[in-house]
Amino acid sequence: MPRTLYEKLWDSHVVADLSPQQKGGDALLYIDRHLVHEVSSPQAFQALRDAGRRLRRPETHLAVADHAVPTRSRGTIADPLAAAQVAELEANVAEFDVPYRRLDGEGQGIVHVIGPEAGFTLPGITLVCGDSHTTTHGAFGALAFGIGASECGTVMAAQCLKQKRAKTMRVELIGTLSQHVTAKDIALAFIARVGAMGAAGYAVEYAGPGVAALSMAARMTLCNMTIEAGGRIGLIAPDETTFAYLEGRALVPRGERWRQAVAYWRTLHSDGDAVFDTVVVIDLGDIAPHVSWGTSPEDCAPITASVPDPTTIIDAGARRRLEKALAYMDLAPGTPLQAIAIDRVFIGSCTNGRIEDLRAAASVVAGRCVADGVTAIVVPGSTATKHQAEAEGLDVVFRAAGFEWRHAGCSMCVAMNDDRLFPGERSASTSNRNFEGRQGPGGRTHLMSPAMAAAAGIAGHLVDIRNLGAPVA
Amino acid sequence: MTPFGRLTGTAAPLPEENVDTDIIFPARFLLITERHGLGRYAFHDRRFAADGSEIATFVLNRTPWRGSPILIAGANFGSGSSREQAVWTLLGHGIRCVVASSFGEIFHGNCLRNGVLPIILPEPIVVALMASAQDGRIFVVDLDAQVIASEGLPPLSFPIDPEQRLALLNGWDETDLILNARGPDIAAFEDRQCRDQPWLYELEVS
Ligand code: SF4
Repeated sequence: MPRTLYEKLWDSHVVADLSPQQKGGDALLYIDRHLVHEVSSPQAFQALRDAGRRLRRPETHLAVADHAVPTRSRGTIADPLAAAQVAELEANVAEFDVPYRRLDGEGQGIVHVIGPEAGFTLPGITLVCGDSHTTTHGAFGALAFGIGASECGTVMAAQCLKQKRAKTMRVELIGTLSQHVTAKDIALAFIARVGAMGAAGYAVEYAGPGVAALSMAARMTLCNMTIEAGGRIGLIAPDETTFAYLEGRALVPRGERWRQAVAYWRTLHSDGDAVFDTVVVIDLGDIAPHVSWGTSPEDCAPITASVPDPTTIIDAGARRRLEKALAYMDLAPGTPLQAIAIDRVFIGSCTNGRIEDLRAAASVVAGRCVADGVTAIVVPGSTATKHQAEAEGLDVVFRAAGFEWRHAGCSMCVAMNDDRLFPGERSASTSNRNFEGRQGPGGRTHLMSPAMAAAAGIAGHLVDIRNLGAPVA
Repeated sequence: MTPFGRLTGTAAPLPEENVDTDIIFPARFLLITERHGLGRYAFHDRRFAADGSEIATFVLNRTPWRGSPILIAGANFGSGSSREQAVWTLLGHGIRCVVASSFGEIFHGNCLRNGVLPIILPEPIVVALMASAQDGRIFVVDLDAQVIASEGLPPLSFPIDPEQRLALLNGWDETDLILNARGPDIAAFEDRQCRDQPWLYELEVS
């Protein structure tokens, strides 16, 4: 029987079928890899300790501190709670023999950036993390999904999780992206189209000729944002681009093992006649640079649009939600999106903190200057990315334009450290969530691509990157 | 986890869609590594003004919903981040049951693992329950019978996976269940996978 990629990955990890009488029911799935960070792991380690358990296979876990860490310096952590949280992680990984990427080491960074960089993320595996953006790793053809802290404890002890089988959605990308339009814009356009619940219950596979042309960084951005459409799983079948990215990375098999693995990985694609529960077709040629204007990632529009008008909405519930979002965002209906002035720029996060993202932003700011009154920071997704960018001179470009150049971490994506918006401040941000208070209580977030966020910083307001004039210098 | 018994009390109405886990438990409190004692952070930025005073209009600050053990919410409740703190904070606040037409998937699973009952009912029914909740009526949730009832409305049965129902009723822990029942299956899977994909067993994480 023809199978989708999701079904192949699922079938290959079933330890026990928990509802054999019904097709597509629950199963106990084997978990190959687990990424651990300081926020969702303390309670899981504590549960192990309370039950007197050890990790079943410690070497299949990889721990790092990313969410709460300061990005101004890598010395001691000033915030006592953050310092205690990182110290607790370090004590836990020592007690339970979990491989750990030290905060001051080259391997540190956001879980979803370092997993791929290290080759910890591989095609064909199941990978989990106590973090919803684990969807990112699906870009490699891995069955990857976010879990809660209790499940982290279950994976540690049993290397398994009970899972409900998802429905399948194929997102077929056709056509070619215009200049200055990126994977982030594809993601925002997709979410605007299907809504914040549109992919709930689905494993989403991005496929078609438009995917083949995307770099691994772009694929990761796209899969990363799948959770913002409600989908716990984003997938892309591994291909030559995937293999070229992986070969030679620290944890990737070598020699004969590499050949064996690649031969297997080549079988990981949806069969030609596989049936999906839903198909969505997106013509990449139709997509303009997108920005968000509201408090849900579905509140997105092309930069050429205006803030929507609640009075034109018939459904009372939807109208109320829109009114509330505009009140929080302090935006008047009908305002052209390009007229929205910003206070801050944040370039970073597991969505857009990779070297390709930094290069794209740097190429926009080169020879230009951040607008008066705007504070802009660049936070690389990993320490290795930071060093790579420095080797390419990107830090110099950013600093010359008035951007601050920071150490790697989640930073202003989640505002757990001191990188946060003040109440009422407005940001152009390359992160993934524009929820109320996400970047600090009372802060207002506009999501967009790195190039668009950089351009907004230069202009002082949201701007169409396609219309940004030539650099002054 | 604590077994789920019968619940009786008012139900706090929160007629809003997409209430995400950042609203339920703001990220800055994630620095706390305890899972107990988080109740005072539930809906923190909705409940408290910047100076720490209560915002009188928020439903959980109003009589008779201050101590409601039940929450009735708009669609897609608990979407967004996977933080289990969103469930622990509800528990800490005394909320043991949330009714909505849909939930964020990870949040839904987290509820079940912590003795919080997520009830999924069609939107029109949720709207009717919401009206009853807004009137301050008393609700009874009986998981054993799979029924939710409120004064003035006929008792409604709600769907729940039979195994999850049993786990909630008995307070079973998922890790225990797996380890007790599936040890040999897990070992057999590992033997097979180690033969077929040996590279997954040759990790040298540095
Ligand atoms: S960068 Fe943001 S979304 Fe990504 S893992 Fe960190 S906090 Fe979560």
